[in-house]
Amino acid sequence: MASLSNAISALWPEPLRLVLFVVGIMSFVGANAAYLVWVERKGAARFQRRPGPTEVGWAGLLQPIADAAKLMSKQLIVPAGVDRTLFRVAPLLMMSPALMSLAVIPFGEHLAARNINVGLLMIFAFGSVNVMAIMLGGWSSRNKYAIISAARVVSQNVAYEIPMLLVVITMIMVTGTMNLNEIVQNQAGPFWKWYLFRLDLNLLAPITFLIFYTCMLAETNRAPFDMAEAESELVAGAYTEYSGMGFGVFFMAEYSNILLGCALATALFLGGWQSPFGHLLGNWQSTIGVLLGLFWFLVKMYFLIFSVVWIRWTFPRTQFYGLLNLSWKILIPVSLFTLILSSAMLKLFR
Amino acid sequence: MKNSLKEIATGFNSLVTGMRITLGQFFKPSVTVQYPHESLKMPEKFRGHIVLVRDPETGKAKCFACKLCERACPSDCITVEGAKLEGAKKKSVTQYVLDFTKCSLCGSCVEACRDGAIRYSHEYNLASTNKEDYIMDLFQRLENERLEAERLQGSLKSEDQSLKSEGPPQETRAAEQRSTPNTQPPGTAQ
Repeated sequence: MASLSNAISALWPEPLRLVLFVVGIMSFVGANAAYLVWVERKGAARFQRRPGPTEVGWAGLLQPIADAAKLMSKQLIVPAGVDRTLFRVAPLLMMSPALMSLAVIPFGEHLAARNINVGLLMIFAFGSVNVMAIMLGGWSSRNKYAIISAARVVSQNVAYEIPMLLVVITMIMVTGTMNLNEIVQNQAGPFWKWYLFRLDLNLLAPITFLIFYTCMLAETNRAPFDMAEAESELVAGAYTEYSGMGFGVFFMAEYSNILLGCALATALFLGGWQSPFGHLLGNWQSTIGVLLGLFWFLVKMYFLIFSVVWIRWTFPRTQFYGLLNLSWKILIPVSLFTLILSSAMLKLFR
Repeated sequence: MKNSLKEIATGFNSLVTGMRITLGQFFKPSVTVQYPHESLKMPEKFRGHIVLVRDPETGKAKCFACKLCERACPSDCITVEGAKLEGAKKKSVTQYVLDFTKCSLCGSCVEACRDGAIRYSHEYNLASTNKEDYIMDLFQRLENERLEAERLQGSLKSEDQSLKSEGPPQETRAAEQRSTPNTQPPGTAQ
């Protein structure tokens, strides 16, 4: 059977393939952003032993659609005296990096919109835009809560970007490439070949993963690090003045960023589209192989997303100094140590 | 250094413990009552608004309009009227109006009643947008209930006869009769 992607590229010229991927990614992100809200609400309910949304559709499955209809029917209010352009641009600015970065995520060996050799670098380049979006949204709102939130977001993201990048540098040294597809290919084989378990390359590999995961939570402003929209102190933080779909896009962007973070963690540490049992069903070239790869990728990614929800409904919000202490006193020293350790190991044993 | 490492270890351990506990809760059944679809059964001693007690022998209200409850009421929300019927020894109640907008559910009326002719209802689904709904004639309500029950019994009887002529199995008829009380809308059952 011919490869799915080969068939696509044989049948359709490059521009059409691109359109196909763009539409695919947009709809994937849109559907996920909508239904992760459902997952979040259902998950929160289960952790608190309630049934969660049940009224709209079977098991509340039409709830996201009802929510979206409600948000879209609301008036878009721009407060008096705000910087109109920045105020309107901020939600879009937060949404777009997640959409763009997903272009380089390999969902299967031949299922990446763009297989470029600096994929990882591109994701982190766009990742920083995210912070600026919340900052701009908060700053342009002309609201005290929003400005406090913006200030918090900046210091939080500066603090967490450092260990995140240190960890990623460790991973780049271990893998020797920034091409995400190659990184996943390097993890071929059973699950002990995943970088999460490659203690021979990086003695602290699981800890590296934990640091990456913690930083991902902080970067996406998820509980217990959701200082930006700490409801009890800051109303809704940077989103306070947003109404209707302006708020809706921020909300969707939050879930898109979680999706991206978990997809990246899957590709970097959990072997991406590799099956945990090695090559059971032949090569990844066939259509079945592509679908199987997609299946394994989504299983791992959704497990990570579930654990994000799980963590949110387990731990209370940290205090701000606790948040910064965790980064500057624990995560940065430890990630520096792993960087030095793995570089020494690479020099000695490879 | 050693202390801080220990702190990290214990902290991490406590995080893992917390996550284990929440995951344990995740798979347990939910404990909430889905209110409009299902409601809690009130305990025996629940003190709702008052209702008249039916005399099991006559099927009418036990109350004979002595007006002790009316006098005991601190909010002045009970109005009782009685009349002596032909050939009866005692008076019997003809009107028992409870103005629930004023009632503070203190229960002085039930305490004052010597004959146990009023009791607390278990009804709590009392929300309404209409003020008139809270001025309840409890006597009329009791009478209506009686008439309703009689009508239902009568219709059941006739249904029984018609069913007998068609001759369905005995069991299904019994099942139908059993299920009849459950077909009432929630909240009407006392």
